[in-house]
Amino acid sequence: MERPLTKNIRDGMEPLHIKDYEKAGGYQAVHKALKTMAPKEIVDLVSAANLRGRGGAGFPTGQKWATVPTDDDGPRPKYLVVDADEMEPGAFKDRILMEGDPHQLIEGLVLGAYAIQADLAIIFLRHEYTKVAKTLTWAIAEAYEQGYLGSNIAGSGFSLQLHLHISAGRYICGEGTAMLNSMQGGRAVPRHRLPHPTIAGLWGKPTNINNAETLCNVPHIVNNGADWFKGLSRCKDGGTKIYGVSGKVKRPGAWELPMGTPIREILEEHAGGMREGVNFRAVIPGGASTEFLAEEHLDVPMDYDSVPKVGSRMGTGTMIVLDDQTCPVGMVHNLEHFFARESCGWCTPCREGLPWAERILKDIEEGRGQPEHLRRLEKLGKDLWLGRTFCPLAPGAVEPLRSALVLFREDFERHIREKRCPWR
Amino acid sequence: MLSEEIKREIESYIREHCPTPRGASIEALMVLQRHRGWLSDESIRELAAYLEMSPDELDGVATFYNHLFRKPVGRHVIWICDSVSCWIMGYEGLLEHMQGRLGINPGETTPDGRFTLLPIQCLGACHHAPALMIDDDLHEDLTPQKFDEILERYE
Repeated sequence: MERPLTKNIRDGMEPLHIKDYEKAGGYQAVHKALKTMAPKEIVDLVSAANLRGRGGAGFPTGQKWATVPTDDDGPRPKYLVVDADEMEPGAFKDRILMEGDPHQLIEGLVLGAYAIQADLAIIFLRHEYTKVAKTLTWAIAEAYEQGYLGSNIAGSGFSLQLHLHISAGRYICGEGTAMLNSMQGGRAVPRHRLPHPTIAGLWGKPTNINNAETLCNVPHIVNNGADWFKGLSRCKDGGTKIYGVSGKVKRPGAWELPMGTPIREILEEHAGGMREGVNFRAVIPGGASTEFLAEEHLDVPMDYDSVPKVGSRMGTGTMIVLDDQTCPVGMVHNLEHFFARESCGWCTPCREGLPWAERILKDIEEGRGQPEHLRRLEKLGKDLWLGRTFCPLAPGAVEPLRSALVLFREDFERHIREKRCPWR
Repeated sequence: MLSEEIKREIESYIREHCPTPRGASIEALMVLQRHRGWLSDESIRELAAYLEMSPDELDGVATFYNHLFRKPVGRHVIWICDSVSCWIMGYEGLLEHMQGRLGINPGETTPDGRFTLLPIQCLGACHHAPALMIDDDLHEDLTPQKFDEILERYE
């Protein structure tokens, strides 16, 4: 099985410097694309490959690129922003790619920038990824030195500057428009989504935002073609995916597997199944902001279309396993604590609603639960749902809560009835 | 007064990255914090004038982000991950041990000024939970004993 994204990554070893990356076939896609392909050909190729954004939403990448204005007298400069602000609890996939093979991301972003004819690319990196920051700093310097960044890249006439922006840390920065406000030196509060950032983004200029893993796929698509990329997958979305598992499994970790690999296969074959003494109870498939799935859903393929059919989302593809020795109410309380703390406070439902949900869950967990609390939580799950808040943070926050109230109903009721947490 | 060195660092960032001085506010706050350890009211006022912002506006930025400190911190900041994977893998027991060992609660600094303990959201080390950071260093697969050993490395 081919693993294009991780083939150069060796656990515990120094990431590839540029000479070794080139020896392994790196930057061939830049030479090929910038010299022989028109920008629109790359957009069409990425569309034909069915590459969908790996940040969580799964929007078709080529379709997004096609919305950036390309006319010669259009607004300048144009920006490409790489979202490397991986702060979703449970997610650790972009870090592995950037720490292990930094030039793969740089090559991908050069191609993405060429496709939309961007002048400046910015990697928006989360503060805590200090090792990634060091790695990217030398890799960027190497890429400038070898002429893959700067003026007239590989003699093609295309020029691109690349900056590394290290965030001061806040989950909401991962929301694209909030990220733009942060890069403009403000609080990371979301903007109205019209006009779309690809039309008016950073400093009011066209800005395309792509997740780091998404861009890492692009060199391989350019080198090997759309059919090859689609052939990597077990579903109609193209490519492989970095799936991860954390929780009480035997071998927590991350693996590059065909898109559409079933959850059960990831949990049992790759993560080694549950540890001794604990049993599987449920899983959040794609990071903290996705709905719980139970045993009967384990054969669902992990891809952007299949997971929603059973009531959850593929999200980041990094799953968190709940076992039968861990309190589900406690887990949901932990999740809502996170989201309440990280709400930017811009819109009232999120600012007020998430701390309210958190307080109720704390009360239930600590033995102060009341029967009417469950109705209140259900109502909050509706009041903070899609279309009722300014951005997707709160709807994402209530996804695990809404599903937990159905899946773990008896556990919630038992807490309230016994006035204590049965797991403590 | 902002020192010449601080001004030079901020100025070069503005020149390379921002169409307007205010665009550099986060980086400028980080620069100031690196030099002064934390961001006092006075620091905010000085920097706001330099960036052509009102002090309140800059304070709004300085209080928004996790890694900008509006209160003094210790020589080392311990960031303990309290997110879901670390919670499942026993973060609460570890935190309890840390509080006992350091004699402080999250948000506080040891009386000798050596450590400040702060919670942080997911560190992206979920497969090696529980995890924490001390300054720029990530420590994974922690146990109370391992934590005690690590602590000795920080003066």
